Amino acid sequence: MPSLGTSFGRGGATDYQQDLMNSDCVVIMGSNMAENHPVGFQWVLEARERGAHVFHVDPRFTRTSAMATKHVGIRAGSDIAFLGGLVHYILEHDRWFHDYVLHYTNAPVIIDERFSDTEDNDGLFSGWDPEKSRYDVTTWQYAGTQVHGAAGQREEGFQESASKGEQSGHGGHGGGFSHGDPPERDDSLEHPRCVFQILKRHYARYTPELVADACGCSVEEFLHVAETICDSSGPERTSAFVYAVGWTQHTKGVQMIRTAAIIQLLLGNMGRPGGGIMALRGHASIQGSTDIPTLYNILPGYLTMPHTEHYGGLDAYIDRTTSPGGWWGNANAYIVSLLKAWWGAAATPENDFCFSYLPRIDQDNSNYWTVGQMLEGNVQGYMVVGQNPAVGSANGRANRLGLANLDWLVVRDLVETETAAFWYDSPEIESGELRTDEIGTEVFFMPASSHLEKDGSFTNTQRLLQWHFKAVEPKEDCRSELWFYYHLGKKIREKLKESADPRDLPIQDLTWAYPTSGEHEEPSAEAVLAEINGWDDKGQALAGYKLLKPDGTTACGCWIYCGVFAGGINMAARRKPHWEQNYTALEWAWSWPANRRLLYNRASADPDGNPWSERKRLVWWDPEQKKWTGTDTPDFDEEKPPDYVPPDGARGPDAIRGDHPFIMQADGLGWIYAPQGLVDGPLPTHYEPHESPFENPLYDQRANPRRQHGDLPEDPYNPTGDEPGSELYPFVATTYRLTEHHTAGGMTRFTPYLAELQPQMFVEVHPDLAQERGLEHGGWATVTTARSAIEARVMVTDRMRPVRINGRVHHQVGIPYHWGTRGLTTGGSGNDLTHMALDPNVHIQEVKAFTCDIRPGRRPKGPSLPEHVAELRDQAHTRRDQEPRVEPAENTSTVPSQ
Amino acid sequence: MGFTKLLESWPVVRQIREGDPLGLGKAAQSPRSRELQPRIAQADHVAQSICPFCAVGCAQLAYVKDGEVIQVEGDPASPISRGRLCPKGAASRNLHAGPLREYRVKYRRPYGTHWEELELDQAMDMIVDRILRSRDETWQEETPEGNPARRTMGIANLGGATLDNEENYLIKKLLTALGVVQVENQARI
Repeated sequence: MPSLGTSFGRGGATDYQQDLMNSDCVVIMGSNMAENHPVGFQWVLEARERGAHVFHVDPRFTRTSAMATKHVGIRAGSDIAFLGGLVHYILEHDRWFHDYVLHYTNAPVIIDERFSDTEDNDGLFSGWDPEKSRYDVTTWQYAGTQVHGAAGQREEGFQESASKGEQSGHGGHGGGFSHGDPPERDDSLEHPRCVFQILKRHYARYTPELVADACGCSVEEFLHVAETICDSSGPERTSAFVYAVGWTQHTKGVQMIRTAAIIQLLLGNMGRPGGGIMALRGHASIQGSTDIPTLYNILPGYLTMPHTEHYGGLDAYIDRTTSPGGWWGNANAYIVSLLKAWWGAAATPENDFCFSYLPRIDQDNSNYWTVGQMLEGNVQGYMVVGQNPAVGSANGRANRLGLANLDWLVVRDLVETETAAFWYDSPEIESGELRTDEIGTEVFFMPASSHLEKDGSFTNTQRLLQWHFKAVEPKEDCRSELWFYYHLGKKIREKLKESADPRDLPIQDLTWAYPTSGEHEEPSAEAVLAEINGWDDKGQALAGYKLLKPDGTTACGCWIYCGVFAGGINMAARRKPHWEQNYTALEWAWSWPANRRLLYNRASADPDGNPWSERKRLVWWDPEQKKWTGTDTPDFDEEKPPDYVPPDGARGPDAIRGDHPFIMQADGLGWIYAPQGLVDGPLPTHYEPHESPFENPLYDQRANPRRQHGDLPEDPYNPTGDEPGSELYPFVATTYRLTEHHTAGGMTRFTPYLAELQPQMFVEVHPDLAQERGLEHGGWATVTTARSAIEARVMVTDRMRPVRINGRVHHQVGIPYHWGTRGLTTGGSGNDLTHMALDPNVHIQEVKAFTCDIRPGRRPKGPSLPEHVAELRDQAHTRRDQEPRVEPAENTSTVPSQ
Repeated sequence: MGFTKLLESWPVVRQIREGDPLGLGKAAQSPRSRELQPRIAQADHVAQSICPFCAVGCAQLAYVKDGEVIQVEGDPASPISRGRLCPKGAASRNLHAGPLREYRVKYRRPYGTHWEELELDQAMDMIVDRILRSRDETWQEETPEGNPARRTMGIANLGGATLDNEENYLIKKLLTALGVVQVENQARI
């Protein structure tokens, strides 16, 4: 979540679910919380019962809408127009929280004079290089500071690796700070180049009328939401935003979340009870697998992976990852402690603590890049553990063709998923595109242990590590992933122990001695958690990340988790009942960082340290005890007084003022404007989805110029906007989940109760669209894109509301994406329709807004399927190629002349 | 039958005596229903667990008898879920012991048309051999420009969001030491 990382400092939900009950207004966008996070939704209902407003702004009317006080239907993919309209409204009507904005955000900071806005360049910010299709971010910086490191080529490397982490707020501002403040500020907020004025100009055209035109809602609906959010914010009240992948899965998803961050900073809702931005994540430990990343670009605790060109040795790496101010000022202690955890006694100051053992990256090596590499034959082996990309990843066909091009594949799961069975059971086998006896991929299916068969911790959506205990032993060949990778490592180490090849040193020196138990020799998950927590040179468990040292005397596998095993006690396993403590429940499990439940909670007090109001009291300065206190763990140096001003030369945490609450940021401020950390702009801008029936109502630049889209023949696109041929794919499509199924279905379509509760793939259409296309409720329909076609039963319902855009009525098609060819209930895969155009910051696919055609009847079978898809596609592409669209980004440079 | 017993067999007497004047509660119970117990009362062990589906993080209690999970319920002590589970969480035992659950390693040889049986330990050895072979064949010590790379682009790993933190930790640690950088999970899905 680099959006939250750049805005506030940490890539995690800023709040916890129970705190939603304290909200005066909950805005749910990009989420169907009632159906996809049903048990968490009880806290929204608690708030509503206490009189809070609940808005659901979403293309579909769902059970979330039914429980909300108001549903506003908008066109899928138009969220930034709606949110930008809210920013405009707040500024236009002077509804922003003056003291909060002035002291806690970067609104007064003056920006480099070479910066120019999308309003000046028809949809492009300054620094656009059409040849490289990327921005040079130098001109986006605070005046008087520079990007950390030199600009130009070096910055590209920084962008591609360092700032892809979710802590990207830390990097830059190589200097120029004075006593904790950026060098140039204007506290009157009138300087034309201060963030506040730039923001005003940037959103000047996002009027209620534009919102209505771009989103398809009415002016009245929009104004009702805007007025209510403003009325529900301020010293006495707070509003919260809730989102899920309905915001992330776009080519501009990060910027959608950023817009909410701007609103919450303007209204003063961050760090306060009932406020914040609640990110709802979809898997049991998806937050954990980002904190301790199974991701290519980061190391545990959001430390960046070293880059081939830009990092050199450990000193250079530390120089580039250390921030002059804030807690990233201690990055040297975090990386050295990680290296000590991994290479133990072999890691010494003399050998840079084995820093050279780390592999280096130099480009996007994310999931979809790998799919492309598979199709090109560059990947030999693939291990897939608890994931089902044949159904869950965008463009299922491209994914399956990639699997067929491997030498070997390991699939570990509870059941035989579509990914395990692709070689004999898939749409491509059915159509004859692939033949089983011509697929050379060697496949190992390894049965996994269920969560009831192993110990371990999940990190939930509110950064809470919760331990689950093994209930029973796994049967026969079933094993945990802990067992698999531990024994894999043990066998590999045995094979390589005599090797003299230096490439094998990292394996030979790796600390890999975990205690095991039982007949299967299951490694101890608690011993692994102890290593993640870390220890000092006497082997004592560390109590928190403040104790980490850069001299090699501490080891810690993930610095943000330091403290989860404080005193040798598994804090994640704590289960003190909620009725024995207050609702914050600090003694139920453990949350990072340092068991703080509501992040940036210093902002719940005014600059002097007093609560903004009695009603919203949370954390405050106690002048008698000379420390911060309250009902949550303070997210601030406990003894730093509100009037603290950093002395000359202060670094790291000491360089943060006593009235700057965002302690992970170099300047301690909430970033309304993000001078760096994002590759597609310092402020969110409305762009159309990669595939959309519409032109951009604001700019000639139609879609996000920085979006990633390849030219793989397996991933063709529908013509879009005014391009000829787009009329063949006239409808907006959006994918989603149902309560009874989970993501790609591996855990639910194979489970009898759930398969029975939700037994068939369907698509949702409005009665008008059904009439227009001759679709019957309960009958069959075929949905087609340039990628593929699927069939589904038709659900005719006014839940799928048409939207009125530029005076014309447009229809949207709703597509659940859980189904595939296997399990107790089978059906067409929604992701066979979707494409692999990505958000440039996080490489997430745009499956929440694309275009399609829909016709009555079942889809063509066998070889007729690819023929049907190709026929429509060829027709569309022939029309488009006669008059292809050229966007400004393709030939306009906005790099200022020196 | 004595008089007292006869009197007690009259429902109205039981209803009054047992505080159930409408006859809708205890008084209406048959001996069988009186002796019925919830399944969980038979458990010889209760394990504290967490729901494996979405990220709300509902707490579960897994009831175990004779080495088998006999029931999974919400844990009322949780400050987040307060004992509730959604349809997926409530079907956790069904997930754990469903009819399509796989228990044995299966192997498909290149160009093979069917699954074959394979011993777990042999499968592990074969996977180790393939990892080391692919790593050797695709190793990049340096980039074309001569900068250190120390990596293989010939192996990739996918998955993590459904796994435990400790499992993600060992995956990242082992694969990084091997030089595998294409380590990814559902965070992008």
